[in-house]
Amino acid sequence: MSDVVQKEVPGGDARHPRALNNTADNSANRHQDDSQDRGQGWRTPVLEVDHLVVEHRNRRTGELFRAVDQVSLRIGAGESVAVVGESGSGKTTLAMAATGLGARGEGDIRLLGHSLSAVGRKQLRRLRPEVQVVFQDPHGSLDPRQSVRSGLRELRSLQPERTSWIEDTDLLQRVRLEPSILDRYPHQLSGGQAQRVCIARALLMRPRLIVADEPTSGLDVSVQADVLALLKEIRANTGAALLMISHDLAVVRSVCDVVHVMYHGRVVESGPCETVFARPEHDYTRELLAAMPGARWRSRR
Amino acid sequence: MKTGPAANNVAVPPTKSGTPAATTGGATPAAAKNGRSRRAGALRRAAARIAALLASLLIALSMAFMLGRLSGDPTTTILGPMATAEQREALRHDLGLDRPLLVQYFDYLKGVLTGDLGQSLQFYQSNTSMIMDRLPFTLQLVAAGISLAVLVGVPLGVLAATREGTWWDRAASTVALLGQSVPVFWFGMMLVVLFAVNLGWLPAGQSGTLKHLVLPALTMSVYPMAQIARLTRASMSEALAEPYIDAAKARGITGRRVVWRHAFKNAMMPILTIVVLQTGILMSGAVAVEYVYSWPGLGQLALQAIQFRDFPLVQAIVVFGALVFVLLNLLVDVIHSIVDPRVR
Repeated sequence: MSDVVQKEVPGGDARHPRALNNTADNSANRHQDDSQDRGQGWRTPVLEVDHLVVEHRNRRTGELFRAVDQVSLRIGAGESVAVVGESGSGKTTLAMAATGLGARGEGDIRLLGHSLSAVGRKQLRRLRPEVQVVFQDPHGSLDPRQSVRSGLRELRSLQPERTSWIEDTDLLQRVRLEPSILDRYPHQLSGGQAQRVCIARALLMRPRLIVADEPTSGLDVSVQADVLALLKEIRANTGAALLMISHDLAVVRSVCDVVHVMYHGRVVESGPCETVFARPEHDYTRELLAAMPGARWRSRR
Repeated sequence: MKTGPAANNVAVPPTKSGTPAATTGGATPAAAKNGRSRRAGALRRAAARIAALLASLLIALSMAFMLGRLSGDPTTTILGPMATAEQREALRHDLGLDRPLLVQYFDYLKGVLTGDLGQSLQFYQSNTSMIMDRLPFTLQLVAAGISLAVLVGVPLGVLAATREGTWWDRAASTVALLGQSVPVFWFGMMLVVLFAVNLGWLPAGQSGTLKHLVLPALTMSVYPMAQIARLTRASMSEALAEPYIDAAKARGITGRRVVWRHAFKNAMMPILTIVVLQTGILMSGAVAVEYVYSWPGLGQLALQAIQFRDFPLVQAIVVFGALVFVLLNLLVDVIHSIVDPRVR
């Protein structure tokens, strides 16, 4: 198996040409409303993961389980990258480790050029707003005792300068929510509304990378498309890079440029979405594609 | 807490997971109609709650009444074993004990409603006024004890929960376990031996100055402190495992704020409940502490009443305790509805 990984892992080489164009465009957009010095400059990849290994220890048996095995990937500024795989393939572990939230594991993770193993707590706190996560369960990721307004206010009080660029009502408008939603509590929101609130919170921080962990799988089918469109739109408007974790190939295809296919903790195939979907090389990718609803009816070649 | 107009237009039931709520889609169209029925539902729930509390109060009253009648003949205690049958009969008549039980019962209920808890057999005084005389002492003691319990128990529980599985956690849990298992009277006496007899720092009993309050309050706080600490730990570690805690961290909210503003706020309700209920238990269960420190509170009074078979006084104290308990329960409900936006 390891030769497969060796051959296909370097995600950076397989970057999509369009992603590069995006980067250039976005950097131009960014400079207008960005007075802050972002340090490393726009050529630095937002996220680089280098031969990451994360192991979980089973509490009862004491066995080590390798959730993420020698994974490397790279997300340039403004790129949109997907990690697909079945549940248990390690994609969420990868995302959590990459954002400095979960178990860090072995191997190097660099956020905006800062190696996570080298930065202190203070610096990590400063990096945190640059990476915002949108979780799978929108209701679960909102404090049940906090109204939408007070949630936004809390973030503003943490990062006054960073969040001063937009008013609450305008922010909500960007995610297509009525201002009346401000005084609601999470249980008074529908799933779609709650996820939009989560996206609004992420957006408020003007992140350089948005990590979306199955952002639509907890939602109604009718709402899924709206939320995806919203993520796409935000990416286009703000130039934030997107790391999408999903098991749904249709979702990935509609939003992302580059895809990494994970299987049992390893990346078995990666490349531009179109290439991978048109000419899958790994058996598992083929299986995934065949399992996709409607795949049979689409021309394969 | 904020109550905007939107807070009432609620169609989505308080479900925790995303999916059931999601099926209702945009919650707004049905909102106006549901606002009223939801409020009506809340009112109905409040009414049912109050009815239940009144029912339990009535049961407590009846049991107190029955216990009073079952605890032997008070005329023996009052008149002594040498009294003649006629004397006893006369006293029974004076006390109204020769009337049918049902009449006595309704008389008693009527008295309770008007705040008249009868007359003590040994002090020849109104029970209500005696309870009111002793109440400030007990209140003082309970207030000091429960404050101490909260001030130590809550941080201890939070400490254990935030450092789950570490040495801190084990130490805190051990302290809580000890506090729960140590007998109050023994602990009280040990404190007296140490601080009053050997060190001579604090008085061993009686009331009066703040110094007098220290040992009894400390003794009293141990059990509720342990309870509060254990519950805080359990409640906090549950709250800390919720996805919104990770989400808050991901948004860049720092550790202490996550613990107190998000986890603790959500873990608070059971803690608050047990604090209020423990207050009720202390109010009516201060007997041992008050005895050890000869503190002139309700517990002492209850002890005297029991020793003398002063059943109207025992009954009055039990009734008073039940009333306090019911009121505290009501308080918990009110606090709950204020603190939790989902109940409103």
